[in-house]
This record gives sequence, structure tokens and C-alpha cells, in this order.
Amino acid sequence: MARNTARPLSPHLTIWRWGPHMLVSILHRGTGMALTIAGLFLLTWWLLAISGGAAGYRTFQDFIGWAPFGLPLIKIGLFLLTWSFFQHTASGIRHLIMDIGAGFELRTNKMMAYATLAASGLLTVIVWALLLTRAA
Amino acid sequence: MTGPKQLGRHDRNAVPEGKTALGKVRGLGSARHGGDHWIRERVSSAALLLLGAWFILSLLLLPDLSQATFREWLRSPLGFVPMALFVYLNFEHSLEGVKVIVDDYQGDEGGRMMWHIVSLFLHVGAGALALFALARIAFGAAS
Repeated sequence: MARNTARPLSPHLTIWRWGPHMLVSILHRGTGMALTIAGLFLLTWWLLAISGGAAGYRTFQDFIGWAPFGLPLIKIGLFLLTWSFFQHTASGIRHLIMDIGAGFELRTNKMMAYATLAASGLLTVIVWALLLTRAA
Repeated sequence: MTGPKQLGRHDRNAVPEGKTALGKVRGLGSARHGGDHWIRERVSSAALLLLGAWFILSLLLLPDLSQATFREWLRSPLGFVPMALFVYLNFEHSLEGVKVIVDDYQGDEGGRMMWHIVSLFLHVGAGALALFALARIAFGAAS
């Protein structure tokens, strides 16, 4: 389907005043894609590694612990993935509430958007504090 | 005069040549199945809410993160069954989500079809691989 590029596009991101609802909506898609690509890849590899021999599991562990120049890149990625999981979950709950027709009042909507950001940040920090303070 | 039927010049229901009235409208309207995708995405999200909480809590509560511990956990019914559902629903929910994103950003009809098929193949392929791994853990020889 050819699009006539001479026709104007409707105004998009650039003309709106930024609000938390916009940020949360964009994050919902972004975190969803991160969970699809990185999350499902790691979930599949993790299960395959457990199902195989000790050497394969060690390869997986080495990958998770990969730290070029002392920087634990993959663990930082896992931290961000954990945050993606909680952010996507929290804004998913917000979407379910809005799907039943509730939470469209300006103040409530804004508060719910902020609440998803607070919840995801808090839960990510709690989970990683618990993970890091116990023996691996 | 040719055509399927003799029609007056101002007949509003005039049928174009070579096309029946049904052929003209077929494929233009809702097939009444459009809601199915929307509902599936939300039902899987509700299930994943529970399973996601179970997954995170399990990782925190297991005695350690060694291969032997994971094996023992996933060989038990309360490890295997929720994990099988968690894997299946994650792939289903992800497939539905990617569908929405492709529909939103890929304006070209052919490109849309191509990305839907690529996404379907990747999701089904990787999902089958993950379920195979889980089955091998649960039903394979104990180590």
C-alpha cells in the first residue's frame, strides 16, 4: 500500500505537553519488547541449561557473571529486566483498571501513572536487595 | 445491454458488472472475532500476574540458585505445573503484544503480514524449545 508522502501527518509526540501517563504508556511498550526479546531468550536458555549437563549450566552462569573491565554488564541488564517486569506488570494493572472504565479522571489517572513508577522502582530494589544479600 | 441484471440508471442497489451483491461487501466488515485477540491478551495478563508473583517469590525462597536445586524444584508438581503455565502464557502474551506493535508501526500490508509470520515462527519455535527443556528436566533421568 503506497502512502502519499506529500500529505501531512497528524501531529504526534512533539506537540503534547509531557505527562506521566504518556511516559507510562511508552514504557509499557518498551518494557514489553524488552521482556519479549531479552526475557524470553533468557527464560528459554535458563531452562535448557538446567535440563542439560553441568558444563552447559556453567556456560549459562558464566554468561550471567560476564563482567568486562569489572563491570557486571549482564547483571545490570538483569536488574533493568527486573524493573521492566515490574513496570510492565504495574502499568498492566493500570490498563486492566482502565479497561473496566475506571480511573479516567485527570487526577486519578495521573496518580495511577505515578504509582506504577513508584511501585516498579521499589519492588525492583527490594528483590535485588534480597537476591544480593543471600548466598548464591 | 450486458450485465447480470437489467437495472435502472438511478438504482442505488445497482450491482457492478461481474460482481454479486455479496461479493461486493464480503471482507469489508467485522467478522465478529475481533474481540478475541483483545480478550486473550487480558486474560493471559491476569494469569501472568499470579504466575509472575509465584516465579519471583520462588526464586527468592529457594535455598540456592544451583542447577541441582532448580532440577529438584522443577521435578516436583508444584514447580513443574506453574512453570509450564508460566512459559506457555508468557509466549502467548508476548505474541499478542508483538502483534499490536506490528499493526501499529508497520503501515505496509505486505510488511505487516511478513512480521506477523516472523513473530509467530519465533514465538512458537522458542516456546516449544522452552517446554521441551522443562519436560526433559521433569521426565528425564534424575541426576
